[in-house]
Amino acid sequence: MTKISFPIMGDYHIPANYLLKNVLNAEIISPPMVTAKTIEIGSKYSPEFVCTPFKYTLGTMIESIEKGADTLIQMGGGCRYGYYAELQEKILKDLGYDIKLINLVTKGKTSIKRIYRLIKQIDPKFSKLKAIYYGFITIKMVKYMDNIDEYIRENIGFEIEEGSFEYLKEKCLRDFSKVKNYKELKKLYKKYIKQFTKIQIHKPDNCLKIGIIGELYTIMEPFSNYFLEKELAKNKLEIKRFTNVNYLLFEKRKTIKHYLKYAGEYIKYQMGADAADNIARTKYLCEEGYDGIIHIKSAFCTPEIGAMGVINKIANQYEIPVLFFSFDANTSETGVKTRLEAFYDMLEMRKRK
Amino acid sequence: MKDCYLGVDIGSISTKGVIIDDDNNIIAKEYIWTEGNPVNAVRKLIKILKDNLPQNHQIKGIGTTGSARKLIGLMLKANIVKNEITAHAVGTLTYYPNVRTILEIGGQDSKIILIKNGIITNYAMNTLCAAGTGSFLSSQAKRLGLKPEEFGKYALKSKNPVKIAARCTVFAESDLVHKAQVGYPKEDIIAGLCKSVVLNYLNNVGKGKKIEAPIIFQGGVSKNEGVVKYFKEVLNEDIIVDENSHLMGAIGIAVLARKNKIGKTYSLKLEDITFDTKATECNRCANNCELLKIYRNNELVDSWGSKCGKF
Repeated sequence: MTKISFPIMGDYHIPANYLLKNVLNAEIISPPMVTAKTIEIGSKYSPEFVCTPFKYTLGTMIESIEKGADTLIQMGGGCRYGYYAELQEKILKDLGYDIKLINLVTKGKTSIKRIYRLIKQIDPKFSKLKAIYYGFITIKMVKYMDNIDEYIRENIGFEIEEGSFEYLKEKCLRDFSKVKNYKELKKLYKKYIKQFTKIQIHKPDNCLKIGIIGELYTIMEPFSNYFLEKELAKNKLEIKRFTNVNYLLFEKRKTIKHYLKYAGEYIKYQMGADAADNIARTKYLCEEGYDGIIHIKSAFCTPEIGAMGVINKIANQYEIPVLFFSFDANTSETGVKTRLEAFYDMLEMRKRK
Repeated sequence: MKDCYLGVDIGSISTKGVIIDDDNNIIAKEYIWTEGNPVNAVRKLIKILKDNLPQNHQIKGIGTTGSARKLIGLMLKANIVKNEITAHAVGTLTYYPNVRTILEIGGQDSKIILIKNGIITNYAMNTLCAAGTGSFLSSQAKRLGLKPEEFGKYALKSKNPVKIAARCTVFAESDLVHKAQVGYPKEDIIAGLCKSVVLNYLNNVGKGKKIEAPIIFQGGVSKNEGVVKYFKEVLNEDIIVDENSHLMGAIGIAVLARKNKIGKTYSLKLEDITFDTKATECNRCANNCELLKIYRNNELVDSWGSKCGKF
């Protein structure tokens, strides 16, 4: 039987696992969590100046192969991400791993026909109907997870009992991964939303609000941003983040047109990946009265480098401070903490005046 | 008894300490090399400060800042431990309430702090690269057979600074060697080096930041006249260098210690306190975190370094 795996990112391995488990007649090798070893392996076999997510995903792929996987899934996007799959397949083959890599996006497009053919090779009994049904549940699951995360981000800094949000989220994800049908998922979601809103918080009306923007992988995989959100939440502030899988897969197509119009004085066309989105979001955060913006990216992320200049300009106009982070495989954690602490001090001083 | 407050700034290269009173007067100050051992440096520093402290004074607050702030904060039982960016800004604002821009170059980091109406509006600190900071200048001084203190004076002699590729410290050094080997005079090379520090700083941390006067330059490198000269030349503005510019971080944290005092009186007797750290590698998961356990008088006071937060 085929042993299938995929690169890990944030908590999204849970819906991915769920989908694969239910539609494919194959063994699913759940990718191991990202650790220091992942990035060590990834960096070792990657070109030095490639963007850091390449290194992370290559690292998880190798770790999954060592756990027994023989088929891997990779996607692509509107920047260098579009070449990840081909290059990673070549690197893995050169290393002597006999694997098959399923690339869901080629030449910037997802061809359902091509993917169907590839899947049929793995699982001849593959049923389209089942895929549509479970695909729908998975999409909903991602949406629910992102909604819950949004609520957590707004409130976790103010929890009275430390760890109560994290504990409930873990429990919620565990339950999500076991649902049998859509009705059950919806019921669970409603139940957990209720429980989340019941968690006691102490949130002042004029609390500090921070927006996090930047490159998608670094934003969504907490290990790769040195647990930035967790670190920020210790400081009693509200966090707004736009990028999540639900946005990238379903909302981006509509929103981007609106974004380009909204920030028309700064951008006229897309610059690849989420660069244009982030410029528009900067304007939004400035206008909505956020106290500060944190822009994070992996080192060598070209679209975001292009966006940084414009973001700086907008922030200067509105006099809102922006903190830029570039995360590499060897960023010092202490350095990140020092800068965050200073940023928080600064925002608080500004607010008090 | 008069109340006073101790601020200690433990940097990568040097350790600074000041004692101030309620009116921001400096009662005692000292600047020594860290020499890779913050604990010993602080012991030495505190001893000197204690000897300089007049009889009728008592310490009512202690603050630590700089890269070893957490460790030394535990050692001195400080009532406040803050990052160096905040400390530098607070220190400078105490003496220069109208300042708009603070340029700071230390041993391994360089930062820029923008201020408007007495509050920080933005700041940047070097990431990924430390080219053109104090430790580079001091290592180049050594290679040219000069003391770091003399370096700046030498630079002022030059009329024609050479161009040095200063994007990367290692390449800057090879460029420097090359310029020396083809026969450029020493002072021109030194002046070129000072200028490259300025250009690198403005292109790196100063990028996209609006630098407005009054400008204050501080940190260890501000004691280098050559660098000050080229900042003036490139920015075309007057640059203020305070006589205590290298102590601003320590002064700032002393001010913060005063603002956050808890009514306790501190003793500066460190001789009978033992302070040890033990490093172990945790092998419970693939992160292999380096755990550090801190012992004060053989009693575990803190441990840090774990990613999961369990240890």
